[in-house]
This record gives sequence, structure tokens and C-alpha cells, in this order.
Amino acid sequence: MLETKHLSRRVGQRDLVVDVGVQVLAGEILAVVGPSGAGKSSFLRLLNRLDEPTSGTVLLKSVDYRSIAPRQLRRQIGMVMQTAYLFAGTVASNIAFGPSQRGEVLSAAQIASLLERVGLPGFADRDVGNLSGGEAQRVALARTLANAPEVLLMDEPTSALDEASVRGIEDLILGIVQERGVTCVIVTHNRAQAARLAGRTMVMKAGRLVAIGPTREVSHDD
Amino acid sequence: MMTELQSSLDNYALMGLAQAAGAIALCAAVVLLCRWHFVRVEREAAVSIVRGLVQMVLVGMVLALLLHGSLLVGCLILLMMTVAAAITAVRRLKGMRGALMLCFWSIAAGAGTVIAVMLATRSLRPDIAMLVPVGSMIIANAMNACAQAVERFRAEILAHVGQVEAGLSLGAEPQVTVAPYLQSAVYASLLPRLDMLKSLGLVWIPGVMAGMVVSGASPVYAGIYQFIIVAMILAASGITALVATILMRSRVFSSAAQLALRPTGALATTSEPALAH
Repeated sequence: MLETKHLSRRVGQRDLVVDVGVQVLAGEILAVVGPSGAGKSSFLRLLNRLDEPTSGTVLLKSVDYRSIAPRQLRRQIGMVMQTAYLFAGTVASNIAFGPSQRGEVLSAAQIASLLERVGLPGFADRDVGNLSGGEAQRVALARTLANAPEVLLMDEPTSALDEASVRGIEDLILGIVQERGVTCVIVTHNRAQAARLAGRTMVMKAGRLVAIGPTREVSHDD
Repeated sequence: MMTELQSSLDNYALMGLAQAAGAIALCAAVVLLCRWHFVRVEREAAVSIVRGLVQMVLVGMVLALLLHGSLLVGCLILLMMTVAAAITAVRRLKGMRGALMLCFWSIAAGAGTVIAVMLATRSLRPDIAMLVPVGSMIIANAMNACAQAVERFRAEILAHVGQVEAGLSLGAEPQVTVAPYLQSAVYASLLPRLDMLKSLGLVWIPGVMAGMVVSGASPVYAGIYQFIIVAMILAASGITALVATILMRSRVFSSAAQLALRPTGALATTSEPALAH
């Protein structure tokens, strides 16, 4: 589904990502782990071209992503960030945002269905300013799912949440990946979370891929 | 040499310099008061006062020499003023490629359009004595609107990098992701001019009206004419702020729709150079 080829990102004198080559299979969850500053988030941002690789590229279903219009690419490769970054307004307006960029209008029933799926039934008319951290992150996930992406990138989506919310979001991710067959790349600094979610794990250090394999076999130092 | 200089200045000019000395003394006292409260503005205040005085004396001399010049000469003076305004406004956009031209075109579009309309409708006479002072007021306000709009736009984007990138990640056009910040930047830049228009005659009687009344014009006509000028200032500011933010918007994203504007210390993340804060 997704393949990186010699993917590198250098800014000034600093190498953020160095020659990373990895294949992500359709429908799998790949965890990206490593210590702080290892380049995990930088790697993730290269996958939906929020940042530009200095060298190398990414193939989406064997197509070089530089040949895909950025808007189209980002609809296909959705991203949930560490912070929800909801837009001012209601929950419903946030969820309808992605499709509306293509001129599509989500019905109230479609919005309600997405909210139900992320465990927030009846939240459509709530103002986003009144949501808890966990609720906001669920809305961010529903907002991304509204675009029906084939690949879901998640950058430490639970790092700002309490333990109860973390487990809820993890169950949600597992359920959605299973139901929709989406491919998921999740950055986490939490080895236990990687074990709970991902079939395979890649370990990064100083921008380099140092290990990849089944999560239970891959060890890393946080 | 002193004698020659003195003879070139008439009584009014000497009286003006004496009055300016009084104003400078008051400014110096305020600077000392600020210093007493640990607000250090001595150097900036000194430079601003000297520059302001020298520039105004020179402008007065140039106007005295060119008072009977043609429309072309007047337009050239206004063009130079526009360049100077762009150089002043561009200080708010350090690090952005093409920032000087961005400011120049924005101010030229705002002030140029309004001055052209005023000339066409005969609310501005095409002689230097009228064109240059009124034109300079419009250019100066366009400059302020330009500086305020681009500074606010940059600050808003830097404060909402996450929201902008969330929008991009959802497949939005770059201009959609920054639309709320462009709107608030233009609005913020217009607020002082809207307040100026609202308070016209109530809080202040501007110089043009005062000058016209002193020189014998009908006070009612002088008031209406002053309104026209302030309204034109608002129009010029609006055009300038819109053009400046729209031009800036096209420069804060790379060709691959990546946000290029980043705070100092953040790592540049696009294929094109990051714009320092």
C-alpha cells in the first residue's frame, strides 16, 4: 500500500530522516517507535507530504506520490495529529470539513453515524470549545475518517490523554482498522501501546531506521 | 554659510523651527520619564525625532521649489514616497522572499487607485501643492495598513500552524486554511481607519480642514472635503491590506501546498526556504 524509498529529510545541518526504506502492507498497523528526537514525527509528516523529502520518495499503491496532487494525496492519506486542532465551530462543521473541500455535503445522518462510531453520539451540535481532550481527539479521528482515507497516519494520538481515554482511543483505532481495512502508521513513544496496537514495529534512532519486524520481536530503548 | 542658510529661511520657517524645538523638548522630557520607569526608548526616539524633522524640512524645501511643477513631477514625487513607504513597511516581513515588492505593489495598488479616482472625479487638483500633501497622507495610511495587515497575518498563521496543517491534511486548498487569519488581519488593519472616520469632527478636526478654514474656505465645504479625504484613506487602506495579505498568502505556502512560514527555532519543513518569524 505504502512504500518509502531512500526517504530523507535534511534541514540546514540537521538530518531529520535518513534513507528510510519501509513497506507498509494494506490493512496493517505499523508502529513507529524510538526515543525523543529520533525523527518519528518527521518521518510521518513526509508520508502525506506535509513536508518535502530532501531525497527519496513515497509510493502509494506503487505510484510516486509526487505525481499525485497534494490535496488528493492528503485525502487518501489522512492524518490525526498529537493535538486535535479542531476548527472553531461545532463538532458537525469539523466533521463535514474534509468532504466539503471537494464540494461534497455530509448528511446529518452520516455525521451522526461517524460520531456514533467514535463513541460520541449526540455531539454534532456541540461547540468544540466545550470538549475534553479525549472527546476532541475522537472528533479529530471522525473528521479524518469522513474523508474515507485508505491510509491513516497517527502522530502520538493519545500522548495528551489520561489512561482511560488512551484505552478508549486504542480500541477505537483497532476497531476502525479492522472494519474499514485501512492501513495505519502510528507514531508512539509507548512500547506497551505499540504491542497493543501494531502487528509490526519500526524503530528509529537519529533519523534512521534501525530495526523493523513483528512487534513482539522488536526491542527498542525509549 | 550660516548667514546664507538664515537668509534662505523666511520668518515663518524660523518661527516653525523654534516651535519644533519646544515640541522636541517635550518629547525629550517624556523619554526621560520613560527611562525613569525603565522603558528605554532614548535611541529610537532620538533617531525618529531627528529623521522626522530633517525629512519634513527637506520636503518643505522641495515643495517650495516644485510648487509650480507639472502633474508628472507630482506623480514622480508620489512614486518616490511609495518606494519609501514600501521600504518602511517591509521591516515587518524580514526573511520573506519578495517582501519589498509585495509591500510596494500593495501600497501602490491602494494609494494609486484612490489618487487616480480623486483626480478623475476632480476632488483632487492636479497641482503639486495639492497633490503631494494629500497623496502623501493616503500613501502613509496605506503604508500603515500594509504593515499592520502583514504583521497580523503572519502572527495569526504562526499562532495557528496546527490548525492550518490540520486543514491541509484534510485536503483543503491552502487559501482555505488561512482564510480566517486573512480576514482578521485585514479587519485589524482597517480598525484604526474606521475609528478615524467615526470620530471625525467629534474627537478631532484634521489638519486639512483646519488649514482650509484658516485660509478662508467655507467651513462646511472644508468639513465635507476632509470627510472625502478620510474616506479615501479608508478605501486605500482596504485595498492595500487586501492586496498585501493575498500576495503574502501565496508566499507562505510551497508549490506542494506545504506551510513555509515557521516560528524561529522550528525546523523548516518544506521544499522551499522557511520564512523566519
